[in-house]
Amino acid sequence: MLYPADLKYSKTHEWVDVVSGVATVGISDFAQDALGDVVFVNLPAVGDEVVAGESFGDVESVKAVSDLICPVTGVVCAVNEELDDAPENLNKDPYGAWIIKVKDITDEEELLDAAAYEAFCAEEG
Amino acid sequence: MKLIFEKSVPGRGMAYLPACDVPTVSMPAGLERREKPKLPQISETDLSRHYTELNKQVHGVNCGFYPLGSCTMKYNPRIDEEMAALSGFTDIHPLAPKHTTEGCQEVLDTIRTALCEITGMDDMTFQPAAGAHGEFTGVLLIKQYHDARGDTKRKKIIVPDSAHGTNPATAAMCGFQVVNIPSAPDGCVDLDALKAVLGEDTAGLMLTNPNTVGIFDEHILEITRLVHEAGGLCYYDGANLNAVMGVVRPGDMGFDCVHLNLHKTFATPHGGGGPGAGAVGCKAKLAQFLPKSALMDGEEHVQVRGFAGNFLVVVKALTYILSLGREGIPEAAQNAVLNANYLMAKIKGTFTPAFDRICMHEFVLDLSKFKKETGVSALDVAKTLIDYGMHPPTMYFPMIVHEALMLEPTETESRETLDWAAEVFRELYALAQENPGYMHESPHHAQIGRPDEVRASRAPILRYQA
Repeated sequence: MLYPADLKYSKTHEWVDVVSGVATVGISDFAQDALGDVVFVNLPAVGDEVVAGESFGDVESVKAVSDLICPVTGVVCAVNEELDDAPENLNKDPYGAWIIKVKDITDEEELLDAAAYEAFCAEEG
Repeated sequence: MKLIFEKSVPGRGMAYLPACDVPTVSMPAGLERREKPKLPQISETDLSRHYTELNKQVHGVNCGFYPLGSCTMKYNPRIDEEMAALSGFTDIHPLAPKHTTEGCQEVLDTIRTALCEITGMDDMTFQPAAGAHGEFTGVLLIKQYHDARGDTKRKKIIVPDSAHGTNPATAAMCGFQVVNIPSAPDGCVDLDALKAVLGEDTAGLMLTNPNTVGIFDEHILEITRLVHEAGGLCYYDGANLNAVMGVVRPGDMGFDCVHLNLHKTFATPHGGGGPGAGAVGCKAKLAQFLPKSALMDGEEHVQVRGFAGNFLVVVKALTYILSLGREGIPEAAQNAVLNANYLMAKIKGTFTPAFDRICMHEFVLDLSKFKKETGVSALDVAKTLIDYGMHPPTMYFPMIVHEALMLEPTETESRETLDWAAEVFRELYALAQENPGYMHESPHHAQIGRPDEVRASRAPILRYQA
């Protein structure tokens, strides 16, 4: 299981990478492993307002449909439309296959660093 | 086996239609088909064998044990089918003159009285086609109630995280914002979490009781009181009514409306796409908003489906209620609870119940520790059960339990069947320690082993193409 040290993580298993005011959001390796094979990703649209701690879309795996919880409050400025045709990228490369980018960030959830998140996952799993 | 299209032979068939004895008419130009429909051409013998062959490949309640949690796959008495097949019920039309269909009206009136008594509601509609459609109708009643009072700020429906997926979907379809609240460690509603989200924007709460993990929420009176104090209404999802019918009533628990899955609780075969029937009952204050048939009632109306819904399912439900009677209905619920507890007690010591306490009509096993120790997943166990002639339990639901298997034996299973089922579970537990690899490959003797679920979801083939 991979926990890249340069990312922050939420307790709902999203990763976030904030670079010059823009947050890139995806799901963690632990999340994709728990979900199993992802078959569909329901993405928001560019311009949508997202709220920290609330759903911004969902992922459907062969097991279940799960909400994607946004780690930050802001406005969606990009979505990874490749996931429409290749949802399996979330399984193959969870840290490369980002889901959305968020700008105008006004708030963020309590986020964990890689070490704390790894410990959190060990407890959950 | 071959598809029916692959068995088709040009020119073969079974034309039983008599010669046409009325003048033929042509379709308007432009509406005529350009080519013949690609229907299979097959003899009656081969068609009959085709369906018999299909029948051999499935597992139904009439084939064996079917403990599919949350689905109440009870045995459906034959007499229900016989009553629904009576020509007085089948050879009618909803637009027939009223004096020729009074018997059907009496069926609707009689079952409305019976089900209102069982649920503690004041009125009921039989239009919704099945459970989720019933939820949709029920939540629209809540919406209409608030709208009619000019109380337009109520935008949120509260749903616990253990709920059936249809609950949040229903609330969203009705235009509400869904507020998910976490369950307490005992699987019941977390009262503090509920209080934290209640407010002026609360339209209502959707709940099953007993809940999805098979536990009766003992705080139910406080839960419904809190929601009412906030100005919201309480919706009862009837999915688990089988555990309490005739024993305790949703109306007395404080619920304002309820849907019933007549096809599960009141014994109609289901699971193959229907038809079902999702009767919706409500308290008097909501009754004016119930859907009505425009043509049958002849007054201002809204309807969610034509006429009286899936009427023959209602006939089966009434037959079931009248055959069991006032004593039989609660006895069925009590036996459902007894059977679930018996099976859980027999399995305990191998697989671990997610909540180690007396359950209602179903219980959930938590296989996460078992999976860590043996590598065998809930899916592997479910697949291996197929080889034993048992329908797998519900898997990976509710989502608050990891590696979940959810069993609901129902009241119609004998002690011998439950003993056998428990023995099978014990065998699989032992097998997982000795030969986990075998279970990863299960089933070994079924017609279909492990279909490619991922490909089926990502690139489904939805119709036959020559």
